[in-house]
Amino acid sequence: MVATSVEEAVAATRQLVEETGTPVVVVKAQIHAGGRGKGTFREHPDLRGVNVVSGSGVEELEERVAELAGKMLGSTLVTVQTGPEGKTVNRLLIEQGVDIRRELYLSILLDRSVSRNVVMASVEGGMEIEEVAATHPEKILRETIDPAIGLAAFQANRLALRLGLVDRVGAGFQAFVRSLAEAAEALDAELVEINPLVITGDDQVVALDAKMSFDDNALFRHPDLVAMRDDTEEDPAELEAKKAGLSYIKLDGTIGCLVNGAGLAMATMDTIKHVGGEPANFLDVGGGATAEQVATGFQIITRDPNVKGIFVNIFGGIMRCDTIATGVVEAVRKVGLQVPWWSDWKEPTWRKERGSWPSRGST
Amino acid sequence: MSILVGKDTRVLVQGLGATGRFHTDKAIAYGTQMVGAVHPKRAGQVEVFEGEIDPSGVPGRDETYRVELPIFGTVADAVDDTGATASVIYVPPPFAADAIMEAAEAGIELVVAITEGIPVQDMVRAKRYLEGKPTRLVGPNCPGVITPGACKIGIMPGYIHQPGRIGVVSPVRHPHLRGGVPAHPLGLGQTTAVGIGGDPVNGTSFVDVLRLFNEDPETEGVIMIGEIGGTAEEEAAEYVSREMTKPVAGFIAGTTAPPGKRMGHAGAIIAGGRGTAEAKIQAMKEAGIVVAPTPTDMGQAMLEALGRA
Repeated sequence: MVATSVEEAVAATRQLVEETGTPVVVVKAQIHAGGRGKGTFREHPDLRGVNVVSGSGVEELEERVAELAGKMLGSTLVTVQTGPEGKTVNRLLIEQGVDIRRELYLSILLDRSVSRNVVMASVEGGMEIEEVAATHPEKILRETIDPAIGLAAFQANRLALRLGLVDRVGAGFQAFVRSLAEAAEALDAELVEINPLVITGDDQVVALDAKMSFDDNALFRHPDLVAMRDDTEEDPAELEAKKAGLSYIKLDGTIGCLVNGAGLAMATMDTIKHVGGEPANFLDVGGGATAEQVATGFQIITRDPNVKGIFVNIFGGIMRCDTIATGVVEAVRKVGLQVPWWSDWKEPTWRKERGSWPSRGST
Repeated sequence: MSILVGKDTRVLVQGLGATGRFHTDKAIAYGTQMVGAVHPKRAGQVEVFEGEIDPSGVPGRDETYRVELPIFGTVADAVDDTGATASVIYVPPPFAADAIMEAAEAGIELVVAITEGIPVQDMVRAKRYLEGKPTRLVGPNCPGVITPGACKIGIMPGYIHQPGRIGVVSPVRHPHLRGGVPAHPLGLGQTTAVGIGGDPVNGTSFVDVLRLFNEDPETEGVIMIGEIGGTAEEEAAEYVSREMTKPVAGFIAGTTAPPGKRMGHAGAIIAGGRGTAEAKIQAMKEAGIVVAPTPTDMGQAMLEALGRA
């Protein structure tokens, strides 16, 4: 159950204890990053992102959950995946305490080398899969899913046997993994990762933690997923760019870049670095950008206090150069442009101009 | 000679929206044999294209053109009527994978999918559908294929290419990065330039294109441009060291890309420590490929590779 306040956390705890009869719950920070079990809070260095809480009775348990939730909510969790700046915790997941017999790893993701989804499983539950892959690659089991068939029963059976799951647990696991494969396809998931997948003392198969990411290109057919997006988890500048239809990623350098095309944008960053500079951002205005989008791009770039100059690299022929020019003029009118900029127009012949506009850049 | 497309290639266009119409016009101006269009709601109509020809295109034509392109309701009807051998797809992303399958079912030999933003699972299914069929898919999310002076299918401007003896293969949409501009001042020119697309699931791979160039008697050397993400460039390097008899030069975009961030292209992401530019450059150098430090140096790198051969 998800809780966004101390009161909701306590209510969830009370309900779980009523259902299970045992005064044990797990309180997890919900952020868009992994590594929470080992992550710590900046405000409370001795507190982890995932905590098992127990009490002698339901009242003591509720008190402890309330205290814990009060510390976790609004604080900053730093994990290996969040970067040193961490992420603010706005939601908690309250789960029943579980009698864990075995911890397994299970995920479904695209295998680009065969253009199909693959199920990956390992007996090393709870560990980072990259670490298992590096140290014990033989412990990772793989089953490739034929999109015309789905995960076949024999494949689920093979996984169960190799994980040492037989009888009732084996049957439970097979049903679980086949449902998961169906869900991954139906939801257009890029990644479904269950780590750990737990086998309980009474032979239940339980997903104790899960991480899912979704294909942005398929969100048009999943309005329910779009509604679940928590914008506070996103970088504000990257979010603003995304809403304007631009692709922006902030970096640590001093030279802003405004480019059309992802490949050219990357190559522009690389070239700046190659000649001794440091790029401040990746910004692809796309193939059909409007002047407003270009203006928004300039505003986002110039808001970064590290930016000392802007490099505009536009290949005409697909993008009209006068659209870019109009966008820059608009940005200057709106926000003023305090930094020097340099443009490299390539239409119709090589043309370099400093601080002035070609009368009409493109065909 | 060239690969994939030439002056006899007969091309259909699927998707006649603003983008499809614009680039169909440019292709006709270049001299590409556009023979029909597919639009389910406009069967029986014609779309008229007229203007001045692109002088960088097919030589020996009149200075102006007027083409009445017939529109068909299905690809099968269009193939029956026109004998089309290739199709170019500008259909919007939710319907593009279906358009690819329809073209394959109708027996089209070469399908070039320009559309950007097709859901990955749609492409997984479409690629499964293509298995065992003779159709070759290039893309999606690609600039297309051009054999300079003969046939242009896609969104690249014609004038940055010129006929020559260098093959170009790249996932990148941008012609500037496709060896067009950088190779030009050095007088290299291209046999064919192929954009394989920047999506995680695509049809034709680097290795497929390298193999075609290797077998093409006119191609003397190949420029391959890669980017971060996946292992396609490493597989290409492996092929080059194993079988390629022609010199190869290359460039990898994304040296400065931070891990875990998607750099515009759906496939361009360094995940779990894999797909870095460093690893790709290393693999390419080990395979004897001359790697240019910036896109501008690609022509020079190609000359160096040719000199070594």
